Amino acid sequence: MSRSSVMPGFRPTIGFTLLYLGLVVLIPLSTLVFKSFALSWDDYLHIITSKRVLSSFRVSFSTALAAASIASLFGFITAWVLVRYSFFGKNIFHALIDLPFALPTAVAGIVLATIFQPSGFLGKLLLETFGIQVAFKPMGIVVALIFISIPFVVRTVEPVLLEFETTMEEAGSSLGATRLQVFTKIIFPNIFPALLTGFALAFARGVGEYGSVIFIAGNIPYVSEIVPLLIVIKLEQYDIEGATAIALTMLVISFLLLLLINLLQLWVRKRSGQL
Amino acid sequence: MSILLTDISKNFGAFAALNHINLEVPEGELVALLGPSGCGKTTLLRIIAGLEHTDQGHILINGDDKTDQNVSQRGIGFVFQHYALFRHMTVFENVAFGLRVKPKRDRPSNEIITKKVHALLDLVQLDWLHNRYPDQLSGGQRQRIALARALAVEPSVLLLDEPFGALDASVRKDLRQWLRNLHHELNVTSIFVTHDQEEAMEVASQVVVLNHGKIEQQGTPSDIYDHPANAFVSRFIGQTNVFDLENHESDWLQSAGLLSQGQKGKIAHVRPHDIIIEKSINNANTLATLKDWQHLGALIRIELVKNGANKSSDASIFAELPNDQFKDLKLVRGDKVNLKIRHAHWFH
Repeated sequence: MSRSSVMPGFRPTIGFTLLYLGLVVLIPLSTLVFKSFALSWDDYLHIITSKRVLSSFRVSFSTALAAASIASLFGFITAWVLVRYSFFGKNIFHALIDLPFALPTAVAGIVLATIFQPSGFLGKLLLETFGIQVAFKPMGIVVALIFISIPFVVRTVEPVLLEFETTMEEAGSSLGATRLQVFTKIIFPNIFPALLTGFALAFARGVGEYGSVIFIAGNIPYVSEIVPLLIVIKLEQYDIEGATAIALTMLVISFLLLLLINLLQLWVRKRSGQL
Repeated sequence: MSILLTDISKNFGAFAALNHINLEVPEGELVALLGPSGCGKTTLLRIIAGLEHTDQGHILINGDDKTDQNVSQRGIGFVFQHYALFRHMTVFENVAFGLRVKPKRDRPSNEIITKKVHALLDLVQLDWLHNRYPDQLSGGQRQRIALARALAVEPSVLLLDEPFGALDASVRKDLRQWLRNLHHELNVTSIFVTHDQEEAMEVASQVVVLNHGKIEQQGTPSDIYDHPANAFVSRFIGQTNVFDLENHESDWLQSAGLLSQGQKGKIAHVRPHDIIIEKSINNANTLATLKDWQHLGALIRIELVKNGANKSSDASIFAELPNDQFKDLKLVRGDKVNLKIRHAHWFH
């Protein structure tokens, strides 16, 4: 391999990549794995199969999944509006989209808790008219996670929608397709891989989110307690083994789910000739 | 099917893209809309297709008023300059699209669709690519697939927007010939837009020359070449030498033979092949000097400079000679020559 390759600089760049990946990601994560070796297999199983831990996993993953799905829908529509129409105040709208990125998540959580609690402005309305309580329930977690994750969807879908050739739509119409057929058969299949990426990012963010959730969730064990909070609680009780066991499990499940989404995305791209 | 356009106008803001266009395209013709960029030719095509709305006037296809009909209802086939193939579908699915989106009662069965798509792919000689995706095809192949896709719905009219504009020269030449033959075979009324006069002359049975949103002339290619209606058409179709009588000495023009048939206007346009060149024997009283020449294949293009003129008014004069005639003249750069103008178009 002494021949110089077409794209020079492979060795230094891969070296840097591996070095930083090691320093920033792999060493901390492997520490987590090694820490958990202090536990025996039985102790480990005992910790993570306790009822409180299991229900927190259920709460965390189900709310993240629900929030990512809803955020994908909202985010897609938002991106569509931003790309396809011009209207007064569009630039301000653009800046607003990114706000959840910058805002301390705790602030978002406190604000959402204030308006959605049963005596709050929206919370009262929902409770009195529909009998729905949002705050201090899993639904409150979903609301907070949607708020946090929408920009991920908007910002992944937007560039793809921007690049989309509108002549493809015109071609579809000229062949007799209705507006709905043009959307379902031409536009959506081309945007879907990007939407899936946005979904994965939103989901990943939702699973790991802590700051905004703890204010609105009420943190009732077995009902609205999320995994990250449980880890913090264990740490505060100096139960380091318990915390690492939960953290490791969370890590593995998250990794497997993201891998699954990536494979799904690969399959979609292949099937639609994008690879 | 015939196409009839009456009084079509279109403005984009203050810019008048089309200005009271009246046009009739008889059934089975292959018509070229020819003009410089920005002349409104693509806008006109898109208005016929229904991709753009006209500000006024009517579009009739086979006598039916289609002015307010949506593009999906008009029964036209449209071929885009950059193909606009569906990237996420195979070649087969691209061609089948128009059949699959038909309302259930009109939709053919799967077997019929399969048969029809393969027949169309055979027609464009690309059936072997039916499993590929558009990104895996060359430009020429993509354009042929786009044509097959447009033909799948059996359009009453086929509209092509600069169909060869994005292709390289040799592919373009092949496809022109191919489109002409295909049109002979199918005989569907077709309109294509081009800015290339050679392409229009080669492919079309009728040429419509547009400029500044107006039709300058409509006719067969030979009509337009031999009898240009005005100075714009004459300049735009083929190369021409312009002699403005106010800027040229009349005795020079007299000797060149331009005025022998009488002066019929203020400006004379002379095609390069209507200038005959004779080598001067004694180098006295010659009309022009050979400045340079270029090899165009079968023809030689000769660049001449007028002798004894005030330099300021003088552009080069171009003449064209068959290769062997040029060789017989044994000319070199700087030779003095006489020339004879056989024919001119006069404009005011």
